[in-house]
Amino acid sequence: MIESPVLRVKDLNVFYKNNKSRFFSKNKKIQALFDVSFEMEEGEVLAIAGESGSGKSTLARAIVGINKDYTGQIWQKYENPQMVFQDPYSSLNPSKTIGWLLEEPLRVDKKKKWSRREIDDRVKEIMEEIELPLSMLGRYPAQLSGGQRQRVCIGIALMRSPGLLIADEPVSALDVTIQAQVLELLENLHKKHGISIIFISHDLRVVYKISDHVMIMKDGHVVEYGDTRSVYKAPQHPYTGQLLKAAGIC
Amino acid sequence: MKKMQTSLKKNIRENTYLLAGMIITGAVLLLIIVGLFWMPYEPTMMNASEKLAGISLRHPMGTDNMGRDVLSRVMYGSRITLFIAIGTVLIGAVMGTIIGAVTGYFGGMLDEVAMRIIDALFAFPSILLALVIVSVFGTGWLQLLLSLGIAFIPSFARIVRGEVLRCKSMDYVENARLIGVSDLRMIFVHILPNIKGVMASSIMIGFNNAVLAEAGLSYLGVGSQPPYASLGKMLSDAQQYMFTAPFYVLCPGVVIVLMVLGFAFLGEGLARWK
Repeated sequence: MIESPVLRVKDLNVFYKNNKSRFFSKNKKIQALFDVSFEMEEGEVLAIAGESGSGKSTLARAIVGINKDYTGQIWQKYENPQMVFQDPYSSLNPSKTIGWLLEEPLRVDKKKKWSRREIDDRVKEIMEEIELPLSMLGRYPAQLSGGQRQRVCIGIALMRSPGLLIADEPVSALDVTIQAQVLELLENLHKKHGISIIFISHDLRVVYKISDHVMIMKDGHVVEYGDTRSVYKAPQHPYTGQLLKAAGIC
Repeated sequence: MKKMQTSLKKNIRENTYLLAGMIITGAVLLLIIVGLFWMPYEPTMMNASEKLAGISLRHPMGTDNMGRDVLSRVMYGSRITLFIAIGTVLIGAVMGTIIGAVTGYFGGMLDEVAMRIIDALFAFPSILLALVIVSVFGTGWLQLLLSLGIAFIPSFARIVRGEVLRCKSMDYVENARLIGVSDLRMIFVHILPNIKGVMASSIMIGFNNAVLAEAGLSYLGVGSQPPYASLGKMLSDAQQYMFTAPFYVLCPGVVIVLMVLGFAFLGEGLARWK
């Protein structure tokens, strides 16, 4: 048991309907996650690794509530976990300016009515955090580079100071040099605000660098979970060993 | 604002479609706007001594079989035609957008039922559909406008639904949902602005179809009733005098062609806007 968990997942089974919107076709359910249980301590970085199709994103979507078709329990200390998506090119609305996109979480905030001034101040604050110049507020996503867009996505997720941030392969679509910068930004935010982060990645080198705990997934099952350093030193499951070898780590 | 002005100038210079569209549409609009304030004669005033006269200074487009001035009638008729076309597109686009966006966004049973109804409406040519609705509502230009508007809903609904479905699966919509954006705000603030390009061109095409449909239906005699004119009605009245007074049939025909052509060019020009 962990003393102050920020997230507790118990016996989670997640399903997909293969044909959601058709009324006359039969809905077949496909199970994508099998009996996933874990706990996450407040302020830690938990990495979820595994090859594509292993259920990493499915887990993330269930936690943030995009996929509601599951059995089991998901308990969270804070409401409204936020998520940063893999593809920064499709996760920003192309018809809105950066400033508008950053303001939106505050405009639709049900808990608090933000005044114009508070919104402006908060946007400025966040632009500083994500290290973008204020002159970019008037630009459209198409006028930004991939790394800049991913910074904006992180900024949008941070606007209402969430307790839990899920980054779903946030750097996979970026150049290597830009990857390092965005990772550094995430690390800095983590250090500065102590925000809990679930970091989803298939890059085991990045995982090693950034995470406290790691969870290895395969075909919807958790095959290994533990302290990152000890897992990397002495993997218990042969699949973890395979992954590490493939990544050229051991 | 200044940026927009320079971009407009640049576009007009480099975009022949836009320029041609603006000139032709401008000419037709000028005819209509002048007609609002001044017409050479009352469009319903008959003059038995000047039946089917050719073009002259007194009657620049000649006169019709009852001695009415064709220019005045064209001015009045194109006003009615334009009004019906705009009204038709307005009803079709607004209702179609709402139906298409809501069904596409929510999906499920609602979508299935609405789309089958739309399919059924699609099975009839829109003119035929409008004819049926007119026969329920009665004849007259207001009834024509209403029935054409209803007949135009399905095509807009289909287009908007498809676009909304496309946008719905984008990450930015899921992102917005995580932030806590409500369904209505999602549809109208987050998704619809992204399909304005498709909307603009389908409105242009829809407008042209509406002009032609109005002309066609008036030709069949269900539109504006005599003695009032619309372009289609004038065409149908004029066809028996095609050889004795060619200008009587030519003038309203040319105005219809110009109206459609101007908007087609304008639509094409807007699509190529840089």
